[in-house]
Amino acid sequence: MNEIIESVKNLSIGFNSQKGKQISILRNVSTNIKKGETVGIVGESGSGKSTLALAMMGYIKQGLFPLKGECLFKSEDLLKMSSRQLEKIRGRKIAMIPQNAGQALTPNLKIGYQIDEALRLHTDLNKTERDKKISELLNKVRLPSPETMAFRYPHELSGGQQQRVAVAMALAGKPDLLLLDEPTTGLDVTTQAHVLELLRFIAKDTGTSMIYVSHDLGAIAQVSDRIVVMYAGEIVLEGPARKILKEPIHPYTYGLLKSIPKLSLAGLPASMPGSQPQPGSINEGCSFYDRCNLATDNCKKNSPDLEHIKELDTNVRCFNYKELINQNNNLQTSITKKSNNSEANEVLKLKDVSISYAKQKFFDQLLNKISDQNPTVKNINIDIKKGETIALVGESGSGKSTILKSIAGLLKTKDGQIKFENDRILSSDLKMRNPNDLRAIQLIFQNPDESLNPNHTVEQILSQPLKLYFNLSGEELKKNIIDLLKKVRLGEFYMSRYPRQLSGGEKQRVAVARAFAAKPDIILCDEVTSALDVSVQAAVLNLLQQLKEDLGTTYVFVSHDLAVVRAISDRVAVLYQGRLCEIGPSQNVYKFPSHPYTEVLLGAVLEPDPDIKPKLVAEDIVEEKPPEKGCSFQGRCPRKIGDICNSEVPPWQIGENGNAIRCHINIEELASLQQ
Amino acid sequence: MESNLITEDKQKNKLEKAFEILKTMASKPSGLIGLTIVLFHVILALISPYIAPYDYKAISPNTMLLAPSAEHWFGTDSLGRDVFTRTILGGRTALTVTFFGSLIALLWGGLLGIFCGLVGGKIDDVVMRVVDAFLSIPWILAMLLIVSLLGTSTEVLIPALGFFYGKGIVRVARAATHDVIAKDFIVSARARGHSNMSIIWNEIIPNVRDAILVEGAMRWSWMLLGFSSLSFLGFGVSPPTPDWGLMISNARGLMSFAYWSVIAPIVGLSSLIIGINLTADAFAKALGIDRSTKAPV
Repeated sequence: MNEIIESVKNLSIGFNSQKGKQISILRNVSTNIKKGETVGIVGESGSGKSTLALAMMGYIKQGLFPLKGECLFKSEDLLKMSSRQLEKIRGRKIAMIPQNAGQALTPNLKIGYQIDEALRLHTDLNKTERDKKISELLNKVRLPSPETMAFRYPHELSGGQQQRVAVAMALAGKPDLLLLDEPTTGLDVTTQAHVLELLRFIAKDTGTSMIYVSHDLGAIAQVSDRIVVMYAGEIVLEGPARKILKEPIHPYTYGLLKSIPKLSLAGLPASMPGSQPQPGSINEGCSFYDRCNLATDNCKKNSPDLEHIKELDTNVRCFNYKELINQNNNLQTSITKKSNNSEANEVLKLKDVSISYAKQKFFDQLLNKISDQNPTVKNINIDIKKGETIALVGESGSGKSTILKSIAGLLKTKDGQIKFENDRILSSDLKMRNPNDLRAIQLIFQNPDESLNPNHTVEQILSQPLKLYFNLSGEELKKNIIDLLKKVRLGEFYMSRYPRQLSGGEKQRVAVARAFAAKPDIILCDEVTSALDVSVQAAVLNLLQQLKEDLGTTYVFVSHDLAVVRAISDRVAVLYQGRLCEIGPSQNVYKFPSHPYTEVLLGAVLEPDPDIKPKLVAEDIVEEKPPEKGCSFQGRCPRKIGDICNSEVPPWQIGENGNAIRCHINIEELASLQQ
Repeated sequence: MESNLITEDKQKNKLEKAFEILKTMASKPSGLIGLTIVLFHVILALISPYIAPYDYKAISPNTMLLAPSAEHWFGTDSLGRDVFTRTILGGRTALTVTFFGSLIALLWGGLLGIFCGLVGGKIDDVVMRVVDAFLSIPWILAMLLIVSLLGTSTEVLIPALGFFYGKGIVRVARAATHDVIAKDFIVSARARGHSNMSIIWNEIIPNVRDAILVEGAMRWSWMLLGFSSLSFLGFGVSPPTPDWGLMISNARGLMSFAYWSVIAPIVGLSSLIIGINLTADAFAKALGIDRSTKAPV
């Protein structure tokens, strides 16, 4: 068990900048991977975690080169091997599972053939043995009906199934070491939980060592025996998973854990100030100095070494780690937010809204009607009160973004009405809405890289809504822009910058400022934090909450992340296949009794705590279309009671906590079932 | 590794940016050669009337078809005119006509393409089918028809060439617009209620400008060849104005014994075309557009 299969020694990897300076991305990294052990490498984007993981299989991205150090796999240096030697090792000894299996599989080859290819390359089996092995492998990764599965093409599989095929391919060569680069990041919460469970099982079953790279501490917590925390190209903390997650003794890890929203906690997570330094910008001192609240003068001048602490079996890179020992009970705290006044008036009402993506037939087009008996989104009734944050939650395909788009007028509704202020009906056609209504409803998008024009400066970006809605110009325009930047805590000097010169968090702040420039009544937030790093996410959530408390804005917040929703929202609406399942005040939705789908979702949330295991109650099937009649969740429901679920749309039932659930099971019965 | 990893805080104004692009272009041998050739031709076109050693239309039976010598560097043609004089003057009309022709092509092709890309739907369908229909007409025949109806003056040639070479730009501009149209910043502008014109001007043009400019530069070199072909067929510049296409046409029958009178204009024409092509490629690379990955239209 204690045999070391790969060890990295003093590895530095870098590139030459245009000015001829050598810039390192990894700095002096040393770590060991033992046989049968799963090591989680965690860090935010740009921390060098993927570079390290790839170097561990002897691969270095183009443009980068090793500056010093070595990667020893069974005492051979991978970085000095010829490509021919590496060929023998990759696949047979070290295999990799990519982030996006959908893109890693060849689209025009059947998956059986692709696994067979891996077997031909990496094993000496003959044809019949290989065929047997293929169904064995497909069985092992728990794909349904392995015999027919081998004859399917990748696009016929769901994301989770594709990821399983990738795992099967990686296992084909019986590797000693498996490298997983964010293998569950693109997947839905329930699928993610299932894939992680499978990976953990395989690690135990085959005794393969794994390197699991992720930014998600929740996923890392579920699989890892040991955790390596990276920051700005260095290892800052390394040790047994439980120790790292329960008693982090490095201020960065501590802050990171605090900034993750948790299901068990209402209120917003604390945020860390600042962002990770760019490679090459660190000259002296500790790389975390700027963001650290334990920092002293010593940290500014001298950079700490990785120190081994025997009693904790942990390596830490900090001078002041002792201050964090025995202090960690306050990891479970959060910032309480002001709850809004529930007596307020309704500002937006969705009444029987249905939305269809179906193409109009020619005759329907002439009559200007959409005939779709089974639309993507059906009969949504939500009343949104002024000043509240309502969250729409669901997995991909639940119709949450679709609803948001139709509120913004970007998508026409098929049936139903969207009423704004005093029951005035908003046209579903953007061009028919009056400018004041357009101003009153603003959008913030998921990915700030795409939502900001790359050729505009921040000043130009923010001046667009100001010019359009308020006709500002000259000094007044400039004053307003500076005010807006101040509101989102950015300095005046950001005005002349282009989006590419900003970090992810700064970009999203600019996007927030642009939305607020219109002085809107309602802001639609479409997964606004899912493209951000955890520490930045917390800061953006806090900013949104602060702005809301100051300005009384209403948020419609779309997210797939239940913990984030718990932190920010006053009310939650759970959607499945475009139909509402449950709606109620957020503290109650997170309590039982709840709709079986909410139960499944809650069970699948990954907490950054090795003691809280996800509860996998339902299969991770992906349904393409909503069922034509009956309950929308009938296909996956773990609590299905019979034919009534297939034939009749369940009635709304109001629980004693005030949350409404749409289920055939009596609400009291549901409560006792879920205890 | 990408150079933008280290963000430069320094802000650059537009002039400095243009200079920066020129510097990047000149940093590779192919770009430097291309720029030098184009610059040489432009300067030559500007100063040639003042440095021409002879009168370009002076006919003399005594100096017919003389081989290159110290007096007549490139020899003389069948009417006894100095080939050197005519060669250095021969690019002037071609350069002017094609430069303005490309500008027109860029303007109408670019704007129409962006508009179609943005609005989509039926308008886009109709316009693109019309463009396709025009693309299927052999341009030289259509040009001949126009020129024979309206004459060969520059006022006719510039818009006619501009029209025929703009069709391809429509497609490039439309494709480039499709690349940005799905981005959220356009959706965001739409949701705010900006007009189509404002979206084109503020959001789309800054993002497709580079691609269209590069395409325009390429069209320029093609148009140059097209214009010279017209002259060669006798429908471009009318004699006695010196023009490469016309010179090649006049001298091609005498090639076997008076090669000099045809080689000089050929070198002039092809060097300019090669120069523009090299410059356009270097321009594209300096802007970060890889032409090799985009299929030619």
